[in-house]
Amino acid sequence: MYGYNGKILRVNLTDRSIKVEALDEAKARKYIGGRGLGTRMMMDEVDPSVDALSPANKLMIVTGPLTGTATPTGGRYMAVTKSPLTGTIASSNSGGYFGAELKFAGWDAIILEGKASAPVYMNVVDDTVELLDAAPLWGKALSETTDALEAAHGAKARILAIGPAGERLSLLAAIMNDRWRAAGRSGVGAVMGSKNLKAIVVKGSGKVAVADEAALKDAFAVCMRKIKDNGVTGTGLPTYGTAVLVNIINENGVFPTNNFQEAVFDKAEDISGEALAEKYLKKKDPCFRCPIACGRYCEVDDVKGGGPEYETIWAFGGDCGVSSLGEIIKANYWCNEYGLDTISAGATLAAAMELYQRGLVKKADFGDGPALEFGNADSIVEWTKRMGRVEGFGAKLAQGSYRLCESYGVPELSMTVKKQELPAYDPRGIMGHGVQYATSNRGGCHVRGYMISPEILGLPEKLDRLETAGKPGWAKVFQDFTAAIDSVGLCLFTSFAMGADDYAALYNAVCGGGITGADFVTAGERIWNLEKRYNLAAGIGPDQDTLPPRLLEEPVPAGPSKGLVHPLAKMLPEYYSLRGWDAKGVPTEAKLKALGL
Amino acid sequence: MKVEARLFATLREGRGKVLGIELPEGATVADLAARLTIGRKDIAILLVGGRDAALDKPLSDGDVVSIFPPVGGG
Ligand code: SF4
Repeated sequence: MYGYNGKILRVNLTDRSIKVEALDEAKARKYIGGRGLGTRMMMDEVDPSVDALSPANKLMIVTGPLTGTATPTGGRYMAVTKSPLTGTIASSNSGGYFGAELKFAGWDAIILEGKASAPVYMNVVDDTVELLDAAPLWGKALSETTDALEAAHGAKARILAIGPAGERLSLLAAIMNDRWRAAGRSGVGAVMGSKNLKAIVVKGSGKVAVADEAALKDAFAVCMRKIKDNGVTGTGLPTYGTAVLVNIINENGVFPTNNFQEAVFDKAEDISGEALAEKYLKKKDPCFRCPIACGRYCEVDDVKGGGPEYETIWAFGGDCGVSSLGEIIKANYWCNEYGLDTISAGATLAAAMELYQRGLVKKADFGDGPALEFGNADSIVEWTKRMGRVEGFGAKLAQGSYRLCESYGVPELSMTVKKQELPAYDPRGIMGHGVQYATSNRGGCHVRGYMISPEILGLPEKLDRLETAGKPGWAKVFQDFTAAIDSVGLCLFTSFAMGADDYAALYNAVCGGGITGADFVTAGERIWNLEKRYNLAAGIGPDQDTLPPRLLEEPVPAGPSKGLVHPLAKMLPEYYSLRGWDAKGVPTEAKLKALGL
Repeated sequence: MKVEARLFATLREGRGKVLGIELPEGATVADLAARLTIGRKDIAILLVGGRDAALDKPLSDGDVVSIFPPVGGG
């Protein structure tokens, strides 16, 4: 087999059995790998109605066929499971070096089942797999965990781990790898914690077999040229990282501020990518074989490490009304240390701030901690720590903004879709992005179809962000295309520069076979529909394809998007129809059949 | 008339962040860009009052013009 190793590692943590299984090649090709293959295996093996934090749920760490190959950004893996936060299928993507190392060790995926009776970690050295005692690591933050595992297994080992947030089942817990890379969203870290699995250590000495080395060299050269020539991937992201978006999104009047009460942050300049580069950036921190190198490494006071990303700066910054970039970097650091999703963590603090603003949360609720009030920079650092340790009021925060707001009788103040926090773009001023948010198969998310690219950045072409016509179709294509990229093992950021034919060329060179760009996107559509089916079977129906009431009913108060709400009801029917789904938003038999489902 | 030019990322180098610029009546965004010696290929996102604008858009007194070079995503 080319591209794929042909081997899956199945580990049952309850009875500690370790099995080697052959990868079903037909299935792999049909669903590509990563997100698609993981979803297929979830559908085949895990009852969608299962309690996500019970031993019956499974956690799948799945690479793509291009993971570990000489392709630009070919180092990604996906954590696929049922989400305890949303109740939907979850698939969280991460870069760094872990995914490639897993391929070098000879595996395409790890399927984790059951629950260990006491904390364990897994050590994988090529074919040798063992479960080891993790009691000394339990409760430890990421640096300490990683240091200890490197000391035990060598500095060359690649390490994936959860922090205290995952151990204590925070629904905002991430799976971390390579210290500060995160499969961040949908609470995948809590699933790992629920299995009493602290970490996976991998060392591999193999290499991924490639079908046609000469063709790969050619396709690689074409893609590299496109990446270098593109302003975003060739200059913008390498120079400023994702944080450069702060000013772009704010100038467009769609930068959610104070829990989406406003859409312009008057102190955006203080937390901008330009300010980050000037004051705190120490170096770039690229993932495996990445020519873009958007990753940042920053230092402030006694804190240093990876990030912060744009989304993080927004969540702890604008969304909390905080203008101290230094404190935002610290909050980001504690998210990485304790293993929290930075988007949901920051956005949950913002929701708590609105509860306090409205007098629903009282000062006494904060105990000896600082009041969570908009603009209070100290509070974001302290409460991120307590959220990560799941202690005191932090335990409430650790359940996410939906459950927090619901406990005060005001779930509508949670800026979530399907209970997952929305990222850093106010859809009231970006019409296609709103459709994408509402229909995302894992709830509030920007990387299920990054409509910001055409609607704000002008890639591949500039669309008017306020126009509704044509947008449902754009959102659908972006969602399908993204599902395929997430499955093949490359970083979504390559898509600023590369088209479907480029991915197909890389896939064909590595795996053999003659798929076209259109086949690639169709595979993405198949994956999207499969995810939808999983969600429907899990009881997450089309009634949840919506936006928080604030975004549908309360006009943006000021700025370039003043007066706007999101006209979702007008746009959804067209989206469903373009998907070949019925008017209620359920895939039709004919559509599923056409996609081979 | 006087407009406010807001420059971002690399466009700030040698120019500054926020500039008040006097322009003759009827001047367009292109005239403003020329005054600031910003070439067309360095303009990726162009906003007047936070809304997408074309280079030939005529400016009015008090307009806020935001100009970004090809930059990010995230
Ligand atoms: S573009 Fe950024 S996130 Fe993507 S692989 Fe490169 S460094 Fe990692």
